[in-house]
This record gives sequence, C-alpha cells and structure tokens, in this order.
Amino acid sequence: MSDLIRFILNGRLCEISGLPPTMTLLQYLRGPAQLCGTKEGCAEGDCGACTVMAARIEADGAARYRSINACIALLPSLDGRQIVTVDHLRDFTGGHLHPVQQAMVDCHASQCGFCTPGFVMAITNELQNNPDADDAAVQDAIAGNLCRCTGYRPILDAARRAQTLPRVDIPVDSDTLQGLARDKMFSYETSDAKFFAPVTPDELAQVLAQYPDAYMLSGGTDVGLWVTKFHMDLPVIVYTGNIAALRDVRETDAGLEIGAAVTYSEAFAALAKQGAGMEDLLRRLGSAHIRNAGTLGGNIANGSPIGDGPPPLMALQAEIVLRSAAGVRRLPLEKFFIAYKKQDRKAGEFLEKIIVPKRADSTLFATYKVSKRFDQDISAVCAGFALEIDEGMIRAARLCYGGMAGTPKRAGHAEAALVGQPWTRDSLAAAMTAMDQDFTPMSDMRASAEYRQSVAKNLLKRFFIETTMPQVKTGVYRHAG
Amino acid sequence: MPDNTAKTPVTGVARPHESAPLHVSGTAVYTDDIAAPAGCLHAYVLKSPHAHARILSVDISACHIAGVYAVMTAKDIPGVNDVAPVFAGDPVFADGEVLYAGQSVLAVAAESIDIARRAAHLAKVEYEALPAILDVHEAMKQQKFVGDPYVMQTGDTDAALKSTPHKLSGMLDIGGQDHFYLEGQIALATPHENGEMHCWSSTQHPSEVQHLIAKVLAIPDHNVTVEVRRMGGGFGGKESQASLIACVAALLARKTGRAVKFRLDRDDDMMMTGKRHALHIKYDVGFDAQGRIQALDMLQLVDCGMSADLSNAIADRAMFHADNCYYLPHARIRSYRCFTHKVSNTAFRGFGGPQGMLAIEYVVDDIARHLGLPADAVRRVNFYDAMGARKDRAVTHYGMDVEDCIIADIFDKLGASSDYQKRLADIDAFNAENCILKRGIAMTPVKFGISFTLTMLNQAGALVHVYKDGSVQLNHGGTEMGQGLHTKVSQVVADVFGIPFDRVRITATNTSKVPNTSATAASSGTDLNGKAAEAAAHTIRGRLAEFAAQQVGGIAPQDVTFADGRVTAGTQSWAFKELVNLAYMNRISLSANGFYKTPKIFWDRAAAKGRPFFYFAYGASVSEVMIDTLTGEYKILRADILHDVGRSINPAIDIGQIEGGFVQGAGWLTSEELWWDAKGALKTHAPSTYKIPTARDVPTDFRTALYDGENAEDTVYKSKAVGEPPLMLGISVFLALRDAVARAGVKVPKLFAPATPEAVLRALDGHGGDI
Repeated sequence: MSDLIRFILNGRLCEISGLPPTMTLLQYLRGPAQLCGTKEGCAEGDCGACTVMAARIEADGAARYRSINACIALLPSLDGRQIVTVDHLRDFTGGHLHPVQQAMVDCHASQCGFCTPGFVMAITNELQNNPDADDAAVQDAIAGNLCRCTGYRPILDAARRAQTLPRVDIPVDSDTLQGLARDKMFSYETSDAKFFAPVTPDELAQVLAQYPDAYMLSGGTDVGLWVTKFHMDLPVIVYTGNIAALRDVRETDAGLEIGAAVTYSEAFAALAKQGAGMEDLLRRLGSAHIRNAGTLGGNIANGSPIGDGPPPLMALQAEIVLRSAAGVRRLPLEKFFIAYKKQDRKAGEFLEKIIVPKRADSTLFATYKVSKRFDQDISAVCAGFALEIDEGMIRAARLCYGGMAGTPKRAGHAEAALVGQPWTRDSLAAAMTAMDQDFTPMSDMRASAEYRQSVAKNLLKRFFIETTMPQVKTGVYRHAG
Repeated sequence: MPDNTAKTPVTGVARPHESAPLHVSGTAVYTDDIAAPAGCLHAYVLKSPHAHARILSVDISACHIAGVYAVMTAKDIPGVNDVAPVFAGDPVFADGEVLYAGQSVLAVAAESIDIARRAAHLAKVEYEALPAILDVHEAMKQQKFVGDPYVMQTGDTDAALKSTPHKLSGMLDIGGQDHFYLEGQIALATPHENGEMHCWSSTQHPSEVQHLIAKVLAIPDHNVTVEVRRMGGGFGGKESQASLIACVAALLARKTGRAVKFRLDRDDDMMMTGKRHALHIKYDVGFDAQGRIQALDMLQLVDCGMSADLSNAIADRAMFHADNCYYLPHARIRSYRCFTHKVSNTAFRGFGGPQGMLAIEYVVDDIARHLGLPADAVRRVNFYDAMGARKDRAVTHYGMDVEDCIIADIFDKLGASSDYQKRLADIDAFNAENCILKRGIAMTPVKFGISFTLTMLNQAGALVHVYKDGSVQLNHGGTEMGQGLHTKVSQVVADVFGIPFDRVRITATNTSKVPNTSATAASSGTDLNGKAAEAAAHTIRGRLAEFAAQQVGGIAPQDVTFADGRVTAGTQSWAFKELVNLAYMNRISLSANGFYKTPKIFWDRAAAKGRPFFYFAYGASVSEVMIDTLTGEYKILRADILHDVGRSINPAIDIGQIEGGFVQGAGWLTSEELWWDAKGALKTHAPSTYKIPTARDVPTDFRTALYDGENAEDTVYKSKAVGEPPLMLGISVFLALRDAVARAGVKVPKLFAPATPEAVLRALDGHGGDI
C-alpha cells in the first residue's frame, strides 16, 4: 500500500497519489496544480525560471526556506516540505504586490517577464534569510537565474530597493512540518514505479539489498536530468535525503565528518574552514538553488570527472565510508574513482559519509576552478593542491585535478618532481614540465585539450605565487571589485 | 542626465512596462500558460541525427502506441512542404534528404508529450550518411551558396590600395550566437469549423505564420487567425523560426481534428532553430599616417546554414555596416552567402549589422596598433562629417548621404564623462605594477541604419476603438517580446486623446484585427506601429474635435484641445468619456484604423546604391576590463554608455533596451560559444553548456546615459529606434579584452570572437605572467 506524498503547497496541504514518482515539481505545478506562475526555461536547473522556496526541518531542528529549482526536483522527494511559489506571495500582502515584486516593478526589472517569477522567488528567499544582503550576496542568490533582456542592473537595484520597503516574511509552518516528518520509511508506488525514502542507514541498507538495481537519489541535481533530459525510466528510486544520520555535519578532533546527504549549502560553512580558497570554489559550485538541493555525497558518488568536490577533498586526504547490509568499509577518496564512470561501489553499498581530516598548519593548500563563466558553470579545469613542507623541503605533494582525465586524478609525475625539493621557481618549472606526462585531456565544448593542459600548469604557478609571493596579485575575480 | 525626453503628460515618462505587475506576480499569460482546449494533444518531432544524409526509408508502423493520434511525414502535408520566409528551402519535414543534425523528419501527436516522444523514437528511419559541409571554407571550395555573391563598392579600391602610404591585411573569425530567449518556441493550434484554424504562436511575425499555416494546409489566408499576446523574449529568433513550430501544430491539429500544442524543450529549441550567423572576415586596408582609411577591401564569408531563410538580407546588412561611423573613400565589400550543413542561421538583434561593425572596428583597432596611435584618435579622424558641418566625407559606400551624424559629439561627451584619458594613465600604472593581472580599455562608436532594407516591409497598421465609457482599446501589427513596444504605443495613443495611460488597453496582436503586417524586427516596432496607432487615434480625435466644435459653434476643430482627460472647445469642456458618449449618441464612428509607411527610402539592389535607411541611431561605449594572464579569465570592471534615442518616449524602457543590448552584445563576444562536434552536431544546446551572462558578469560599475538630442527626421515624437543598436555597444568589451592582451605584450593580438577565457589565453600566446 503506497503512502501519499504530503507537502504544504502555498499554504495548503497536498496529498498526492497516482502520479509518477519521476514527475518533477514543476510539472506538477504547471499541470495538476494549475499554478502557471512558475516557468520552465531549461528543465535542467540552469536558468532559474522555475525557482521556488522550499522549507523542511533541517539537521539543526529548525525549518527555513531555501530556493530550489522546481524543474529537477522529483515530487516524492518533496514529501514533508513546505513549498511557496510566486503565485502565493500576494496572499501575505492583502492582494497587493509583495515588496520584492513592487521593487521589481519600480526598478523596471522585468522586460519579457518570463524569468521574472524566478528572480522574485530567489530574491524573496534571500532577503527573508538575509535581510541585509549586499550586492554580492544578492548576486550569489541569483547566480542560478538567467535574464536575457535587462542586463541585470535593474534587478540588482530592485533587490536593494526591496530592502527599504516594509518587510513581509513568508511564515514557515513548523508545526505542520513536524507532523509531516516521517519516523519510518516513506514508500510511494505506482503501477510501474517505486520510490523509497528510508529514515535510517539500516533501512537504506535493507532496501538496497532488496533492490540492488535501484537508482539512488539524493539532491536530484544530477538524477533530475536523467529524467528531464535523457528521459530515462527509473523504476525503483531510493532517496537518501530523509535519513537524519546522513544529514549531519560533525566536527571532531580529527576533522570533519560530512554525511552523504548533507547539501552543499549545509556543508558550506564547515568546508570553508578547511582552507583559504575553498570558499571561492564553493561559491561557484552550481548556484545557490543547486547548492540548496545537491549534496557533496552525490557529487562524489556519481563519479563525474568534472565534479568540483573531489579535487580539493583529495588534496585534503579525505576518506569516504561506504556501507551496506554486509558492513562498513573506509577508503581514501582517490581510490574510489577507478575509471570513467566506474567507481569502487559494490551492489547494495552506499556512501555514508565523507571524512575530511584536519589540515596541519604547515600544509599549503589551495583550490581553483576555471570555467567559461564565473557563475554556475562546469569546470574546464578544477584543481586542489596541498603541499606539506618540512624544514624548507616538500615532504608530500598532492596535486589533484578535475577535467583532466576520465576521473578526478592526481598529477603523479608533477608531484614526484616536487617531493624532496624546496618550493622554488625551479621546482615549479620542473613540476609544470613533468605534468605533460600526467594528463592527456579531451577537447570538448568546455575547453580544448591544449587549454586544459596550459591551465592545469598555470594553476600550479598561481599556487606558487600565492604561497611564496604575497605581493603579487592573482585571481581576476578577487581583484576586479 | 539631461532631460531629452519627449515630454507630454503621458509620453517621455519612465513608466513601468504595461505588464510589469503581471510579470512579477506570475500572472502574465504566455502561450504555454493558456488553458488548453479539452482533448488537447501534444506534439513531438523526431530529429535527424546526421548533418547530411539521404533518407532511405521511413517506417512509422511502430509509432502507433496507445495514446498516439497522428504521425506525420513529408508526404502527409496537404499543401506545400516549405515554411521558408522568402526563398524556398525550409521544409517542415525532411523529404528524401536531411541537411542538418536536428532537422525535423516526422512528428507525432499524442495525449502527452511523453507518449509523443516515445512514439517518435519508435520510428525506423534508415539513413545513408553523406559528406557534410561544416564551415565556410569548405563551402567556398565547393562553391555552395544559399544566395548569389554580392558586392557594394565605391571609388577605385584596387588603385587606392596601390597608392596608399600604409597597408595592412588581416582576418577575423566571428562566432554566432543563440538567442536564448527564456521562453522556448511554442504554438497552440485549434481547428475550427469550415476549415478554419486558430493558432496562438510565440512569434514576432504573426502575418507570416498565418500565411505559412495556410500554405502548408492548402487553404486561403482568411481561414487562419494567429494571435500573440506576448513572447518570453524574441531577439529575432522568433521572426522566421516560429513558423515551423506553428505549422507542425496546425498540420497535426488539422489531421486529428483536435487542438495541438507544440512546445520545444530547451535542447530541441537550440538544436532545431537558427542562430546568429558566424562570419569569416578578410581584409586589406590602406591608410595614411594618422590612420585615416583611404581604401578598404573586405571579404565577408557568411555561414548561412542549410537554407536562405533571411540570410541574404542579413548578409546585406553586414555589408551596410562595414563602415560603421567611418568614411570610406574607396571601398569594396564582397559577401558570400555560404551553404553549410547546419541549422539555417537567422535573424538576431542587429541582423548582420553587429558582425559588419565588429569587422571594421577590428580593422581600425589594427590600424591604431600598427601605427602605435591611440585607438580613439584613429576612430575620430575617420568619422563621417558631423551633422551641420557636412563637407566631402559624408556619403557611405552604398551611396547614402549621412545627414545626421552626431558621433563625434557623442565621443567627446562620453570621453569626458567616462574620464577616458585619465583612466589610460591609471591602466598603465596598474599594468606596470602587476605581472599576472592586466587591464585594458576601449571606446567604440555605433552607427546603425534604421529601416527594413527591403523597402516594402516598412509599413504598418493599427486599429483603435473608443468605447462608450471612454476607455480605449488599441491593436497594432507589432508584437510584444519584452521590449516595451506596447507600453510606448499605448503612451502615444493616450497622449493623442489626452487621457491617462490606464484608459488605454492594448490587446493581443491578432491577424484578424490588423492584416498583412511586417515582422516586429529591425528595431522598427515603435517607429512604424507608433506612427500607425497615432494616425488611427488622430482620425478618431479629428471626428471628436469636429463634433465638439459643432456643439459649441464658431470654433475650428483644430482648436479643440484634448488634455488631462478633458476635451475643451472654447468655453465648453467635457470629460473625455462624456464627449465620447455624446458622440456615440450622435452616431459618430469611434473606431478607426491607421496606416504608416516610412518616407524617403529606396534601394537599387542591382546598382547597390540608394537610401536604404530613414535615419541612423548612434551611440558609444567605453569598457574597461581586467584579464588573468594565467587562465585567460576576465571581468568587466566598468562600462560607460552614451546612447542616442532621439527624444525618448519612455526613458526607463529605452535604458532597459540599452543596458540589456550591451550585456547581450558582450555575451555574444565573450562567454557565448557555440560548439559543434566533428560530425556537425551542436553540443552547446542548453544553459549547462551555453553560457549567457549572469548578474555577476555585468560591469561592476555600469553607467548609462541618454544623449540629449532629437531625431532629425519626422519620427514618432522625434524618437529613435532602440531595439538593436545598443547590442553593438558590447563591441567595446571585446576590444578592451584585446587591448588588455596587447598591454600584456602582444603587439597585434589575434583575438577572435567569442573571446572566451580560452581564446584570451590563446591570444596571449605565452605573454604575461612573468614572475
């Protein structure tokens, strides 16, 4: 007997049955719910026309709204949430425009208007959580929203102007959300598809043992596209997002333990402490909407060669814990990636957590991302570097790259050229030369092989400059205001 | 900012877009939001996987799964299998041969889009792959064109090139651009009685969609009604490209007898519809020691894709703009309209003008770098003579007198307001201190010709009704795609009647209200439709004035005034609605149509001489950038714009067009890279791979001002067209990047468009980054 999908949509409790578990929230809104304010611009979480606010009880016990892309959020994964769409905002202002909406009108921030509901929701969400958001914070909040008409200046003006208008918050119905929370596995079935959302790791292990071919779903920022772009059938889906034990971030003496279902946003603050430069990278990983849904665990588990998580985590010697009904094993993250799209994950196994050891103060660390566009772009090259230097000599080097091979990969020859040497122009030059033997990257729409190779080397040079020549300015985005 | 608005109580006011409150609350209705009729089916098109192939067989027997209502191929089309706008060659469904990867082969109508998609992929289509032409050089080798080569020339270019003191040759590749309107292509067709068809279409050209639906269905135009309330962006991408979508929907609707919606998802939209043309430019230029051009020989190889579409007019406009603001005493512009096995390229904001303008700006930049002269000085010595001081340097290479040139004044004012000279010194100082990061700057002008270059298209109609309660309904042939056309035209009509803006309601553009319209394109929307609507409103106003004068007696109709919601004739005054009601009771017609055609223009295509443009719109921008010589990444630090819109009808809307155009132009020349694989399949077909600017990519410091002036010609309220010209302000970003590369040590950088970080790093050619 299938459970009903239950969530609060625009203040009303919805109980859903009979719809495919792969239906997206956007399809539901524009179809059965007849709420057409939310738009489809891309169906892949890259344009933001579908931005809505969604709240749930988070790991800290509080409920808060976060912006998400409705176009790639699968309906049953929203069980237990509160969702607010653009259609609902005026209900809190007696039918008048919400201050963000009014500011958008006043500042001429809409032209064709198709992206506008998404911007309204992204900005409303940001100002509700961060009432004093400055331009940079607003830019972060709308980094996943594309506008083709205005050139954005009036939209940024509107966010500023909205802060001067009387504030209208959209309340979270925490009591109802508490009541909707599941204390045992949520099972949703239709005639040809099943969706399971266990609440403990043991339940997860059991359901995977029962359905070894199940598709694992976490934030859905990748799996959502398998549905909307590749039109794959996913007959059995197991969702990890309701497992409290996988949603924890713990700081221990040894380091940081990040549950596999922790979203990027939730892991953000803790990870940013792992090293200067980490924050710059995390700000550019997807968009705010993607980071509010996607998980670091998913970024690792899907084995993409261009995920931005693995290079810095490998440089930091992160380990992962894999679990199944048969037991638990722990391995260095870099050993997880075997070949293109082939990971060391056995049937029935799942990623439980990522362990990031504390970095010694003497370790030099940095991580960089290079892509065509600053915001929400997939890396041409992503690098994570760590050097351990003892009495002037490099004792260990970890130069880890994404975008350079079929998996995230270390530059072994370049590392070897550094180890046992002082960190000088000469050792840098030797490492850059040696790197030619490390990679034969591919050419594709993101970058040519030649560019990847040059940038991989030049990023190491940048690392050298930043660690040895503090007077030299590097990184255009840091110095361009 | 100087007050250069066309101020009346209603015009010249920075009022919000007429739909702004609807946009922000999600209640503005786009085609996909229209409640579909009961039983509405959904269409899906099967696309060719090959760039060029012979279709050996098509077997659709497996497509008829549950929920499928119709499967159509080329042979099922009752009328003509062609949706080309001008010249033939754009089949609805490929017939015997596919000419690009993404071409439609067959369509399915089913209860849901999922069923339609599944069913379409069950078709068995056998192809024999054939060699494909994937770039202009191969097209030139095989002499495959979609139109005849064309030349515009003046003087004796060969002789002048021989005698000139300095000479340079060069080349430039200019990439295309996807429109990336946020609302993808869509149509909803509903069959009606007696062979009639109604179609909601997201189109800039309802009359053409109407005509083409009639053509594929083999019915008269009067059986077809096409409507569009608004588009979620157009930018030229819905001028001719909307027709295929609407015709597929109409064909399936006719076949099934049910309403059919056909909406392209983003990937299909980007693979199936045309883009801005890529161009390859080669040039020889002769000039004197000041950089003054004496002769220019420019070759433009235009990548048109697999059909003519609008390519001939677009390629013409690239030639028309090969002078930009510069007098060319001897010039020969040669254009080849190359056939390639790619989607047929189409209209995109600027319509070829941007490519022609970038080419000449690159040439002028090369001249300045070659001579070691400041680029802004070289630009100045080449400007056409200023309006009011015309001598011998005021005629274009196509024989048109440049009567309204104000670019030197714009350059002076912008140079001063942007602190251009001082910033050059600041940049030098910064670059001297920094080895990794380098700054660059460029100031570039824009002169853009306003009118459809096909003279016939410069006509428009409008229909105005005044109801008994004094409210006004307005219709015209233009379409609203976000540019604020409906707002501006409503302001004009409200102004004619002297009534508040909200007493005028504009309705969906509808081919049954105003017939035989031109596309809303060529920046012409307000010029043409504003004048037509003004004329219609004046017809009714004239009747009301005459009636009011009769009521009072002893007063001439032209002395009756319409202001502040009142009509005043001598000592008598009525509220507008009172007079309207009185006029109705006295059987005065309260409805009128209006018509406008642009005066003065003509074009002799055979001679390549004439006056294709009613006037020119001008503007200039200064962009400053910073590049990272290790990665090629960059940021626009500051942009200053001074742009000429004549007397502005709505300064907020005009500034919106200017800033939005600048950012779109900057996107075209920086991060927006179209990338095809070796087999001719487009791999950048979604925002995950095709990168338009985000909020963070706009200049950190962004200053826009309107030039204080008015149109020298008699346009609506002395305003100027603003849709396309500002896009070309983005050229300054590209040339600022090139300047930064040069300042890193490359004398004449080979930076081609788009200047992605990769292209910048390549142009640096190992320079910069010395530590």
